[in-house]
Amino acid sequence: MNTGNTKTMNRFDITSRLIAKLKHEEAVIGGIGNTNFDLWAAGHRPQNFYMLGSMGLAFPIALGVALAQPGRHVFALEGDGSLLMQLGALSTIASLRPKNLVMIVMDNGIYQITGAQPTPAAGVADIVAIALGSGLANSAWAADEEDFERLVDDAMAAAGPSLIAVRIDDKPGLGTTRRDPVQIRERFMQGLGVREPL
Amino acid sequence: MAIAERQTQGSSDNSWHGIVLQTLKRNEISLIPYVPDRVLTPLIKNLHADPFFTTFATAREEEAVGIVSGAWMGGRRGAVLMQTSGFATLANVLASLAVPYQIPLIMFVSERGTLGEFNYGQSLVCRTMRPVLDSLALEHHTITRLDELEFITDRSIKQAVTTQAPVALILNPLLTGGKVFDK
Repeated sequence: MNTGNTKTMNRFDITSRLIAKLKHEEAVIGGIGNTNFDLWAAGHRPQNFYMLGSMGLAFPIALGVALAQPGRHVFALEGDGSLLMQLGALSTIASLRPKNLVMIVMDNGIYQITGAQPTPAAGVADIVAIALGSGLANSAWAADEEDFERLVDDAMAAAGPSLIAVRIDDKPGLGTTRRDPVQIRERFMQGLGVREPL
Repeated sequence: MAIAERQTQGSSDNSWHGIVLQTLKRNEISLIPYVPDRVLTPLIKNLHADPFFTTFATAREEEAVGIVSGAWMGGRRGAVLMQTSGFATLANVLASLAVPYQIPLIMFVSERGTLGEFNYGQSLVCRTMRPVLDSLALEHHTITRLDELEFITDRSIKQAVTTQAPVALILNPLLTGGKVFDK
């Protein structure tokens, strides 16, 4: 993995830093497992959506939200193992160029939640190089936490979709999402202004 | 000329694909990700040509399901176009996203594998489709007749939306002409 001098960061810390920057009811899609556990642990927001399956679909789901609500910024948090399941989605997003979509990849090179087995990409593939090669020109590794925050600011001002890759440690998520898919979906729709509570 | 061929070659308003396009529009379904299929080509071409629709290819069918699911939650309606073998890749996303989150996923499946199939693999994969749909108790209809197409499509879309449940509309070769051995 050619991540240069990137610091090894922590998923919960990075997620919390992202959430702290969101002031305009931005949508956040959390990929399966630790990614959405840490999104949950960072504090529930009505604009958060938590996946309980369908590994690899955080970016496609976020793309759908971004296409439905072009005036709202949409963030997607995905693990490296999940992203490997759906690399083609990067080219779909590159071709549609939604300027309100920001993709964040939490890369620890392992399937932490299943027993920390290395992914097939660990040590050989570079997520940012894959994203660049897929047509996502605005893709970068975050060098450290401050650089991550700067890249988020840049992404929110960008004229196209952005991808930020973060090298993270092997720690599990800090919370456990309440596994109630209907409530998750309904509250998310209310958070996006699509529905009113009953 | 076979009935199915006339239906395929007819004017866009009275053809199967013209009826599907108009029914989508009338139901405000504007986001159409697809994985292409020969039989769906005239529908895909006309969707691309109509600015009401945002029509684009995805790399996999489950990606398209993710996109329309996100769009639905954001207040925009979509539908996914695919062929039989593409549906065969969807069991996980149906069971872990569309069904448990109660998302009105609207799927159009061009049916290969029957009524003149020439590829053994296609005929086998076709046999997995209805058992998968039935195992999740998903609503599905196999459309064989042009005069029933609008009714089934329009009612099924409305039912999917109001009951917040997926539906698969299977476009049979009797409707579309299907794909025949040509080499």
